[in-house]
Amino acid sequence: MESYFRELSEKLCAGVAAGEVLLLNYQGEDSDFVRLNANKVRQAGHVRQQTLHLDLIDNGRETSASLPLSGQLDDDLARAQRLLGRLREQLPLLLEDPHLNYASEVHNSSYHGDNNLPAAGDALEQLITTARGLDLVGVWAGGDMSHGFANSLGQFNWHSACSFNLDWSIYREGDKAVKQNYAGFTWDSELLAQKIADARDTLELLGQKPRTLENGQYRVFLTPAALYELMGMVSWGGFGLKSHRTAQTPLLSMVREGATLHQNVTISEHHADGLTPRFTRAGFIKPDSVELIKAGAYRDCLANRRSAREYNAVVNCGIEQPQSLQIDGGELHQNDVFNALDTGLYISNLWYCNFSDRNHCRITGMTRFACLWVEKGKAVAPVKVMRFDESIYHILGDRLEGLTLEREHILDTGSYEWRSDASARLPGALVSEFTFTL
Amino acid sequence: MPTDWQPIIDDFKAVVPRVEFWSLRLVQDETETLQVRDDVLQPPSLVQSRGVHISFIDRGGMAYAATSALNRGGLRTACEHALDWLAFSRRHALFAADSIPRPGHSGSYATAVQIPWEAWSLEDKLGRLQDINRELKIDDAIVDRQAVLSRRRSQVTLVTSDGVNIDQQFHYIIPGYAAVANRGAQTQLRSGGGWGSARQGGLEQLAAFDFPDSARQVAEQAIALVDAPECPNTRADLLLMPSQMMLQIHESIGHPLELDRILGDERNYAGTSFVSLDMFGSYRYGSELLSVTFDPGIAQEMASYAFDDEGTPAERSYLIRDGILERPLGGAVSQARAEMAGVANARACDWNRPVIDRMANLNLEPGTRSLDELIGSIEYGVLMETNRSWSIDDSRNKFQFGCELGRLIENGERKGLLRNPNYRGISATFWRNLAAVGDAGSFEVWGTPYCGKGEPNQMVQVGHASPACVFHDVEIFGGD
Repeated sequence: MESYFRELSEKLCAGVAAGEVLLLNYQGEDSDFVRLNANKVRQAGHVRQQTLHLDLIDNGRETSASLPLSGQLDDDLARAQRLLGRLREQLPLLLEDPHLNYASEVHNSSYHGDNNLPAAGDALEQLITTARGLDLVGVWAGGDMSHGFANSLGQFNWHSACSFNLDWSIYREGDKAVKQNYAGFTWDSELLAQKIADARDTLELLGQKPRTLENGQYRVFLTPAALYELMGMVSWGGFGLKSHRTAQTPLLSMVREGATLHQNVTISEHHADGLTPRFTRAGFIKPDSVELIKAGAYRDCLANRRSAREYNAVVNCGIEQPQSLQIDGGELHQNDVFNALDTGLYISNLWYCNFSDRNHCRITGMTRFACLWVEKGKAVAPVKVMRFDESIYHILGDRLEGLTLEREHILDTGSYEWRSDASARLPGALVSEFTFTL
Repeated sequence: MPTDWQPIIDDFKAVVPRVEFWSLRLVQDETETLQVRDDVLQPPSLVQSRGVHISFIDRGGMAYAATSALNRGGLRTACEHALDWLAFSRRHALFAADSIPRPGHSGSYATAVQIPWEAWSLEDKLGRLQDINRELKIDDAIVDRQAVLSRRRSQVTLVTSDGVNIDQQFHYIIPGYAAVANRGAQTQLRSGGGWGSARQGGLEQLAAFDFPDSARQVAEQAIALVDAPECPNTRADLLLMPSQMMLQIHESIGHPLELDRILGDERNYAGTSFVSLDMFGSYRYGSELLSVTFDPGIAQEMASYAFDDEGTPAERSYLIRDGILERPLGGAVSQARAEMAGVANARACDWNRPVIDRMANLNLEPGTRSLDELIGSIEYGVLMETNRSWSIDDSRNKFQFGCELGRLIENGERKGLLRNPNYRGISATFWRNLAAVGDAGSFEVWGTPYCGKGEPNQMVQVGHASPACVFHDVEIFGGD
């Protein structure tokens, strides 16, 4: 589709009037989605979608529109030109935009990921065969995703990649289940088989009588997947320049009162290690990394193009929410986690987090899936789901005992409108006291 | 809008393979959004979407393909994809797809619009948003403010191999504004004018959201909340206004009654349910004051329609009557699987997603007590309005919700504001503590455009209407 978008953008940019600037963004997806329940197919299908987004700028004003593409050049060009005409009529009616900002230097780039995907049907046949006899429920999402940028100043960028994200749970009974995920760019049958074998082992443990915990504080280990849920909340306004300057960041106490996290906590938005395009929708090129928290202290914010203009900063992201979040690893070896936890709760997954006191970054949420009670370094029983309510200043602050040396690369499973290309590289966290309330 | 789909339908019929049953859902959608933030107009946006969703059923298998390539070649390619998955699903089918009842009625629906979007010029709409921004700036403590006005219109047409033809045209208004107040390390956001909600209809719907009349009060309350005491940690009566009742209904009645959850489809993502099939007809969900309906007929509510996206005619039904659970939220497919009557709630967010069981309009029926009587009945309690935090377990049982605004009630009278009000409970017992239900005077139509569920993920609009309600013996608490 790169050549198609290039041709379409060149024809559209050729029609730009003097003084006008046109920004064009292409997004395309060719994906298979297959839902499974009870290790059988619930829904199976394919989605092909393409859109073109237009930003028209003139005389300090900007307006935008997007339209679906059919893949037929004449048809798409005619519809895009009609839409451009509507935008052109609208522009003089708008007020001048003091925060207007777009890349004026030309940086071209092109990235094409290799297509090493298996046939989706073959991968799913293997999954269903390997998991025979198990109550497996989940989804396969895989295929090609592409992004393109072009502007009337002559810049052209392209990014396409083929990936899969197989996300599933295997249930023993009721809400007792093992949650697993296998995502990436190349398929390894043995790795999948090993994961299912691991799940069978854990299912044995889930057959033990579940423990019911009383409300109170417990020693816990948060897996990278559990920490990912918490960081999803912190990332909701926590690192954006706009939320920072308007006092809406949940890390407000770090800004206004000098609060800090544990000195071993370093957090960054690592664009270079992420899966998203390195260009933004306004043509800016993201830096390799943005250091958000260094040794527990607040450092830089993520600034999108409008915030950067408003607050006189440099554009360093497309959106002010991390898409390639990283937390540095610590010194706790993965193999030592149960011994280090000693007696407490091994939290495999958290679920449905939200703020209970945003000003203090206090988060509530639920445990989910195979959370295990550990005694003297050994997992002994599953635990009935519990609600927690705890501040990130404790979890990654004064009650943090350690971070694992090993980190997990988590590929986001989200697929609202489009498959997500967000990811994170996170360690697990050992926390001395973690508050449960219900 | 509306589009003449016939050329696309003709092209599809020219390439569709021979299968026992096919359906073609054609969707065109357009959303226009205007937003002014801190007196600065944000770039207006116009988002158009158009595509088709093809479903095949054949010899026990079922599959789909969706595409925005609406020419004959694009449709042929989509059919080939659907055929591939049809063969796969036949080998591994969860249930026999040929047992699913097919839609049998044609018809149409259109949102009633009194004041069209175009009745106000662009300058007029932007001027109103700028006026609201000025209204919100009442003090230097207001550090962020914004106003938004959006219009969405969509056309959904369903044709089937049996000759059914359903055409539905929807029109939504999505307004709102918010003010953020700050002093030191204390920040409070207060919203109004329909923020986070929406209605079917035209610009005449703005008045029902107090848009723009409540703007100054929104800013005043944002500042007052910054200065207010924390909500106390207590067990007490809880008076929920309709702007929070909608969330309470949504999370702890709506989601647990979704039949596909009960059947296990959502266990990897949205979760399961504490409700099981054997509970319908006998389980006491709440006190005798609790009656909840699936009601697709309230014109201004977000999910009113004549047919769901599978083509099942939509009718008002009781889900819970006098506290007893009667019927799940399950569309034709789920009903066939569960061998149980449901409702017409098989819905998809757009052409690029398959139908699943969704909430649509889910309303708590009004009682007999005026709002003053509800307040007067409370010796000690907290009033809460406008949801801002929501969390519930994957079985939809243990919940914790927070609101923008709390207000102390003592000896039957409203007292001062409380900041950071939260409460928590368990669905299975919370509704049994429903102690009083407001009458039609406090009944309000709300809803959200942002109900998420499904794999692949889908966000749909749902409606919730409710009066104010009082609950006894609730765990209530504030911030740090």
